Amino acid sequence: MSTMIATRDAYGEVLAELGAENADVVVLDADLSGSTKTAVFARKFPERFFNMGIAEANMIGTAAGLAAAGKIPFASTFAIFAVGRAWEQMRQSVAYPKANVKIVATHSGVTVGEDGGSHQSVEDIAITRAVPNMTVIVPADGEETKQAIRAAAAYKGPVYVRLGRNKVPTIFGNDYRFTIGKGVQLREGTDLTFVATGLMTAQALAAAEELAKGGISARVVHLATIKPLDEEIIVAAARETGAIVTAEEHSIVGGLGGAVAECLGERFPAPLVRVGIKDRFGTSGKAEELLEYFGLMPEDLVVAAREVLARK
Amino acid sequence: MNDTVQALTEKARRLRVDIVKTLHRSRSGHTGGSLSAIDMITALYFHKMRHRPEEPSWPDRDRFVLCKGHAAPAQYVALAEAGYFPKEDLMTLRRLGSHLQGHPDSKVTPGVEVCTGSLGQGLSMANGMAMALKLDGRASRVYALLGDGELQEGQVWEAAMAAPHYRLDNLCALVDCNGLQIDGEVAKVMNVAPVADKFRAFGWHVLEIDGHDMAAVLQALDRAETLTGAPTVVVARTVKGKGVAFFENKASYHGVTPSDEELPRALECLGCFEDCEKIVD
Repeated sequence: MSTMIATRDAYGEVLAELGAENADVVVLDADLSGSTKTAVFARKFPERFFNMGIAEANMIGTAAGLAAAGKIPFASTFAIFAVGRAWEQMRQSVAYPKANVKIVATHSGVTVGEDGGSHQSVEDIAITRAVPNMTVIVPADGEETKQAIRAAAAYKGPVYVRLGRNKVPTIFGNDYRFTIGKGVQLREGTDLTFVATGLMTAQALAAAEELAKGGISARVVHLATIKPLDEEIIVAAARETGAIVTAEEHSIVGGLGGAVAECLGERFPAPLVRVGIKDRFGTSGKAEELLEYFGLMPEDLVVAAREVLARK
Repeated sequence: MNDTVQALTEKARRLRVDIVKTLHRSRSGHTGGSLSAIDMITALYFHKMRHRPEEPSWPDRDRFVLCKGHAAPAQYVALAEAGYFPKEDLMTLRRLGSHLQGHPDSKVTPGVEVCTGSLGQGLSMANGMAMALKLDGRASRVYALLGDGELQEGQVWEAAMAAPHYRLDNLCALVDCNGLQIDGEVAKVMNVAPVADKFRAFGWHVLEIDGHDMAAVLQALDRAETLTGAPTVVVARTVKGKGVAFFENKASYHGVTPSDEELPRALECLGCFEDCEKIVD
């Protein structure tokens, strides 16, 4: 846990690299290119960058048209607008035809911070996951973001990638190999398993460290791909550790927690506690304050672990 | 030119017959808006557009987007006539397992470029294609056919703003202004007039025609090709249900298909005197 980098910054970097490597990569933004970091690409490849103005529905539809004519479009804005405002465009123009469009949204979750609940998307995993043909990826750090963006570009079909505004600790080294649809075990453990995604994976690692001090052995599984779900790693965790705590910076309704609950319910029922936003909207505040306010800190995961252990 | 106009007019008449038979068989689908659009669709597929039915993904083809996707039967009969798939397939429209879905689906129908059906999304996709073709330096053009009721969707105006911004003069939109939508007259449900002025204000080249006058349609499409610096929109006055007297100008025939009783009368209106007992079976 040395360097800190925001996943959106990693996105800006890797997108510019991809632009140099593949002339078919085009980028669209909706007046937020400075924030989403697509501006890095725009400066290098102005002829392949399209600012669509504050019109997200048209941006997603235009991306679908570019894909239909052979391009690999990356369309970016904040998560609430990419998925919220343009949900049906994503469904009809992108997912239904299986268009080769990459929707990469930044500023997801409550760590958007001061802008408040209007701008804090806590539902986007649930509503992208529900759409057939969609692949949904929530990277944990800069390195994984870069690899996930490259994997999305190489994959033929619609992909939603959920990124954040703030700096997050680096978890993965360059020896890490991201694969769409594969979870990764980051820490061995026998008493329970944290299944975490996005920035909550770092929190889960810290919680596992804390639990170890009290003699509790917590496994940590990082699921960057929420869809398709790596059911095997979840079922194995339930079988081998007997209890699961999910952790996401998203509503506990329909996101990672929902997906894991569906999997366990059908395949290996086990005690489960879902840590996330408890069916509420966000609010203004500093990102760090909001992680505390919404119960997304390592100590909250420790409490959840004790709760789930009591139900074993 | 006269011969061309005559031949295309005749082709459109025969395609109207195909639309009526297809919709009678499917017993579900949109009759009025298919008949109002078919003259323009005929002009595009059998005169204006460069395309290869035997090679649907030919990179230099012109593209057609049926933004008003509920008029799918009009596109399907044209695709079948052009040879993209056998005409018999038309009789499977809207059936389970058919490659002719209720609304255009690029995954399953050869010659369909994108998925439409949810109104208001097609023009954005047409823009995207026009942008890609420009990036690739191809001379291909993109044609997008919208309905006038569809103009009530806000996304149409987002796209209408973007196309002139990116100087998409390889794009030609056509608006099938039949004046009717499901709940009644467009002017009464939610007025979209003046359509031409709106597009003009958004920076488009605007041509206004009678959408059933084949000579005028061809002239407009030719003219659109010469207009540069901005996209062109052809605002076409049309008649919903055109060609079948008792369907014409009736909002009630938006999503209603010809019954067994109506079929022979409808075909007669189109100068087709087939043995309908055989068709009705």
